[in-house]
Amino acid sequence: MRSWSIGRRLTLLLAGVAALLSVLSWGMVTSLAQQAAERTQDNVLAASATTIAETLRSEQGEVRLELPYSAFSMLGAIGQDRVFYRVAAGPDLLTGYEDLPAPAGLATPGAVSFDTDTYGGEEIRMATITRLVLAGPGPVPVTVSVAQTRNGVARISAELSRTAALLSVAFFVVAVGLSAFAARASLRPLNEIAAAVSRRGPSDLRPLRRPAPQELEPLLSSLNRLMDRLGQSIRRSEDFIAEAAHRVRTPLATVRTQAEIALRTVGDETEKHRLRGIIRAVDESSRSAGQLLDHATVAFRAEDLSRDPVDLADLAVQTAAALEPTAAMKDIRLRVEAEPAQVMGDAVLLDNALRNVLDNAIKYSPEDTTVVLRVDTQGREARLTIRDEGPGLGDGPVEALTERFRRGANTGGIVGSGLGLTIARDVLQAHGGRLHLQTAEEGKGTCVTLALPLS
Amino acid sequence: MRHACLAFVLTLWAALAAAYEVEDHRLYPGTGEAVLRIVSTADLEVFEPYLLAYQASRPALSIDYTVVSSADLYRALRGGAAFDLALSSAMDLQFRLANDGFARPHRSDATAALPDWARWRDLIFAFTAEPAVVVLSTERFAGLTVPETRQDLITLLRDHPDRFRGAVGTYDVRDSGLGYLFATQEARSTDAYWRLSEVMGRLDPQLYCCSGQMIDDVTEGRLALAYNVLGSYAAERLARDSGGRVQILRMQDYANVMLRTAIIPATAQQVEAAGGLIDMLARLGLRDAPDDWPLPPLGQGGDAPFTGFGPIRLGPALMVYLDPLNRRAFLTEWENAMEQR
Repeated sequence: MRSWSIGRRLTLLLAGVAALLSVLSWGMVTSLAQQAAERTQDNVLAASATTIAETLRSEQGEVRLELPYSAFSMLGAIGQDRVFYRVAAGPDLLTGYEDLPAPAGLATPGAVSFDTDTYGGEEIRMATITRLVLAGPGPVPVTVSVAQTRNGVARISAELSRTAALLSVAFFVVAVGLSAFAARASLRPLNEIAAAVSRRGPSDLRPLRRPAPQELEPLLSSLNRLMDRLGQSIRRSEDFIAEAAHRVRTPLATVRTQAEIALRTVGDETEKHRLRGIIRAVDESSRSAGQLLDHATVAFRAEDLSRDPVDLADLAVQTAAALEPTAAMKDIRLRVEAEPAQVMGDAVLLDNALRNVLDNAIKYSPEDTTVVLRVDTQGREARLTIRDEGPGLGDGPVEALTERFRRGANTGGIVGSGLGLTIARDVLQAHGGRLHLQTAEEGKGTCVTLALPLS
Repeated sequence: MRHACLAFVLTLWAALAAAYEVEDHRLYPGTGEAVLRIVSTADLEVFEPYLLAYQASRPALSIDYTVVSSADLYRALRGGAAFDLALSSAMDLQFRLANDGFARPHRSDATAALPDWARWRDLIFAFTAEPAVVVLSTERFAGLTVPETRQDLITLLRDHPDRFRGAVGTYDVRDSGLGYLFATQEARSTDAYWRLSEVMGRLDPQLYCCSGQMIDDVTEGRLALAYNVLGSYAAERLARDSGGRVQILRMQDYANVMLRTAIIPATAQQVEAAGGLIDMLARLGLRDAPDDWPLPPLGQGGDAPFTGFGPIRLGPALMVYLDPLNRRAFLTEWENAMEQR
């Protein structure tokens, strides 16, 4: 199972934080709104009770008061709440609702106290103020209570809470959008590095040199170290192969010389035949070692390919000339039909590729036949075709023949390393060209085409 | 018919139990058994078109209509009298009933359409806005300029004591709930009220319980002027006849606008039928044209804030003058002004 993407994880995490903050802020605004509405009601109730208490006076030993119009009209400010009141001098009711609940504590004169209670089946908030009025023999504590139901407060806080909820949802939506954007923005350097790595060619092991955020530097430097180690390891193994091939070739040359000398000195036919066998086997080993060296050369030079103008026609002529002696040994004629075709590339590698292909053609051709090298251009491509009259490629998959150490199905009796076509293919791929193999039209002979882009 | 009799007996019994004086009573029998019991301060002749219109939409419903004074209506409902709908012109008493839990809520599209100032807590609903006006007899005002403000009126009364002695009528605020409401609101709003009362008190004013009698006396020439008459009644009477003998004045300095209100008492049984009548009244209250209904729509009250004379506000402040101490103080002052014998 694939683990979740960092981007999605980051977005979800940020969205979760935003949701939590939204809910928290909604809760806070709601409770603040409730408090504010309740405090407003308390203030209005206190003002009303105070206004009434201010009219308290004593006339002929009796406590008198009048309810000011404003004391009650201000109570309509918050909402449509029911209003109750009571004014009592000591234990005696002066006016108002007799059965209104009494305030909980005995308040100090002049101070307003608040109570929450139920009256007439509804929750009420009550403000009470006590004043001492000189009436009769001494001061009488007169208590003024003004009470109101709390529907207005509930309505105001519900409205504010609804508004806060809408705002919180809007905040959450915006925050989620920003989270997604932030996650994508913070992952951009990572994606850029990944893209830079995947853009590279298969053998490009140069270190990545690009500015990276501090957090990605360890990844980048370990990636670079890995590529460095990988490059070194590849170079070491190629060096080893080249060194090994070289070490094998030199003693082989000595063995061959000694065998030839022996061939000349012995007279017995059986001995001569045996010595010729030795020489042929040594030649094949030497060829294989040479190809291993070629392969290492190709791998090494392809890494840093030089691009010089090369004429394929010249190349064909020179290589054909170089292999002329080998061909002559089997009475094979090499015919070159070339017209100039200029390409950009490494002359040494191209020669290497052509030599391996031509060598194959000579090796698999029967005696007294002709191998044709043709150079022509087709569209934006230069083509070098080598055609022999050998047994062809057999029935196996054609493209598989270019794999390393892979040999055709019908090569019985002929020694070979299976590296020749691999070398040719690698050279052409390094030049942006391709190697094309097919059996000739008449069903006899092989046709190998080296196609390269024209310069 | 048996049901009608039963209803009447029950009403009578309820009336006795709550001790109120029935001024008028009529039963509109329907085809069904349900009886909608309405107690109202509006005279039968004024309110009958509404009752007939409502009964036309619900033929099964019998309507039992009782006319009482606003103070009796208040006392009856506080005493637990069983009615399904209470209509009153005394806003303060209606408000106090709603505030003290003697009303039950009613909610409908029609009441939701009412402006905020025309309802309170879904308990009390206004359906007419009626101004307080001055009605005068053109015959007895011959040769005098018609006053436009209270100051003009004070000057006029002061300058012609002989002409107006015993010929000025107004509510007896001790008996009439509406008169008390008008008087207290006016005393609060304009200081000319007490000066006017003083001047009227020196002219041996005639005190009335009801607008109807005042208008009758102006029409017949017994009164030269009736002060603080409910505009709708006056308009209705004038439309009927008078032949130019009666003139209606709206004071330009300040005029009270009363809202006639409906509540469903907590004792109501025909709650649905009562709500239906409230809805009909609310819709009529919001009509644009005056049409030929006897009572004016709310619209006049709605426009009034721009002229400075809004309807009396439905709110807790209405309870201020109902407080016994305040009422005693106000009546004492009023008696001192009005009764200077």
